[in-house]
Amino acid sequence: MRISSAQAASRDPVIALEHVVKRFGRASAVEDAHFAVARGEFFSLLGPSGCGKTTTLRMIAGFEQPTAGRILLDGHDVAGVPPYRRQVNTVFQHYALFPHLTVRDNVAFGPRSRKLDAAATARRVAELLAVVRLDAFANRKPAQLSGGQQQRVALARALANRPSALLLDEPLGALDLALRQAMQLELKRIQREVGITFIYVTHDQEEALTMSDRIAIMSEGRIEQIGSPREIYDAPATGFVAGFIGAANLLPAVVRDVDGTAVTVELAGGQRVTVPAGSGAAAAGSTVSVMLRPERLRLAESAPPDGESLPVTLEQSVFRGPVVRHTLRAADGTVIVAHAAAGPCLPAFRPGLALWVSWDADAPRVLPAAGRSVLPATVR
Amino acid sequence: MGGSDSHRRSRLAPYLLVAPGILWLLAFFVAPLVILASTSVGQGGAWYETYGLALGRYGPHFLRSFRYALAATLLALVLGYPLAYFIAFRAGRLRYPFLGLVILPFFVTFLVRTFAWKTILGDGGPAVWLLQRLHLLGAHGRLLDTSIAVVGGLTYTFLPFMVLPVYASLEKLDRRLVEAAEDLYATPGAAFRRVVLPLSLPGVFAGSLLTFIPAAGDFINAQLLGSPNQQMLGTVIQNQFLDVRDYPLAAALSFVLMALITVVVLAYARLLGTEELA
Repeated sequence: MRISSAQAASRDPVIALEHVVKRFGRASAVEDAHFAVARGEFFSLLGPSGCGKTTTLRMIAGFEQPTAGRILLDGHDVAGVPPYRRQVNTVFQHYALFPHLTVRDNVAFGPRSRKLDAAATARRVAELLAVVRLDAFANRKPAQLSGGQQQRVALARALANRPSALLLDEPLGALDLALRQAMQLELKRIQREVGITFIYVTHDQEEALTMSDRIAIMSEGRIEQIGSPREIYDAPATGFVAGFIGAANLLPAVVRDVDGTAVTVELAGGQRVTVPAGSGAAAAGSTVSVMLRPERLRLAESAPPDGESLPVTLEQSVFRGPVVRHTLRAADGTVIVAHAAAGPCLPAFRPGLALWVSWDADAPRVLPAAGRSVLPATVR
Repeated sequence: MGGSDSHRRSRLAPYLLVAPGILWLLAFFVAPLVILASTSVGQGGAWYETYGLALGRYGPHFLRSFRYALAATLLALVLGYPLAYFIAFRAGRLRYPFLGLVILPFFVTFLVRTFAWKTILGDGGPAVWLLQRLHLLGAHGRLLDTSIAVVGGLTYTFLPFMVLPVYASLEKLDRRLVEAAEDLYATPGAAFRRVVLPLSLPGVFAGSLLTFIPAAGDFINAQLLGSPNQQMLGTVIQNQFLDVRDYPLAAALSFVLMALITVVVLAYARLLGTEELA
């Protein structure tokens, strides 16, 4: 496991996972999850389906018990504590609203479980329905609401208990794109308003980037990297992270020379390029991947006078609205994708054209060799 | 093939689909009912005399039928709900074998099963022997020819009709609702009371009707497992039709029973607030 940013969360963690492992029979779902979430933080668990993010959330909620490791809520080990005695609440993927109860009674469910008196319950329900802007719908049944409204009822129902942390399991997954984007901002607003820690599970990188203070990227049960959206995008720790957050070209290379802040690598085609050393310490002779974001690449019809560049052949140009996506092939056959702004004076590139691709000195990053290529499927 | 042709056919399709069922019900339900109604008012004395006789002389039988049917329904609910709950939530891969066991008695005819109970509950039978050893039954105590035997027989006969609808309503219940309830600080008991039970009420309602209605009109259990003191209305009607051959009285009794059952069912539907049926 690699954790790049170890700031925050150390002072006043609401939730701490200590080397948590979860296995179902012989299948491993979560391997050595180790992180802490600070009070008031918006923390996302991001990864493809089956990466263990939901299992991690369910362990925090108490629906699953870790096979090994400890989970601390407000500093207390919660091993064996059932969900109904944990001071966290969940917004479920498909909301799980009680169909036989009105919106009001759904929201009042938690306070009533805790035997809060009727007047205080009513006050809290009214308060939360105002926060999610559903005051006018208090007497409706869930079936009479739209998906977005149901989502907000689920949110109000969970927040009505003033939990230490709110656990959200892909809460926007069932909504259409426009509503999802509106709800992202809405969720962020509500989180600021109530000041409660959010732990947010999603497979949507844009969602995580939009809302999170920090993101933990998971793959196959392991946490690949934890950091702010900016850190993860600019300085991905692994090829998987680079490909999962945004698009990335990963060029296989071998380290030839390490010189303080710069590393000289030899690409598969034999070209030598110099890249910043970055955080990943690479020894001479080791196999690595050089990551280049498609939007950091420039195309020209002749070799630029200075800086690093590579000769390539244009295979395809696709107009994608704001950008044009160029698929290029290097001499050794490696596919490289470059995004160019779709300005008015787009040169008339034709397939088969010989071009030069170049980049700024700070654009590339050296990453541990990727197990598998993350192109082109993950290029969006 | 013309478009309007297939259009017409698709419009007719629903009627064609219900037609056999409707014809069947007309021939074998509505027509006999009309004949029965005319029998109850047509022959003998004035119709109100027949109905007055039916209610006057057989009032106790009506009451007893409803009392036994109610007791059997409650007993079937008490036995059947936990069973259905276990099969739906806890049985795992054994769910279908267990459901198979619930309907297994149907493979043996109803009459044979009731005769078997006669043997089991009989004076020299194993049930009496056991209860006497446990001093729950006196030396000359009996099970056969008691209301316990009749209610027990009714419960046994109609238990699957309670278990299956309750199971169906529990089985389709979203388990995440239980998790949501526990997440919202409801103990497992409270989650059951506040979420599972209310959501399974349609099954309880259906199961109660499927048990109560046939139990109230049952004529086998009381006859085989009870004495004349336990006689239920079904047996009376059977006697009036087949032995006494007082057709108007038998028909009137049938109608009164039907009417009373309808009243009870509507009252029950109102009580439970089941929108689908009330």
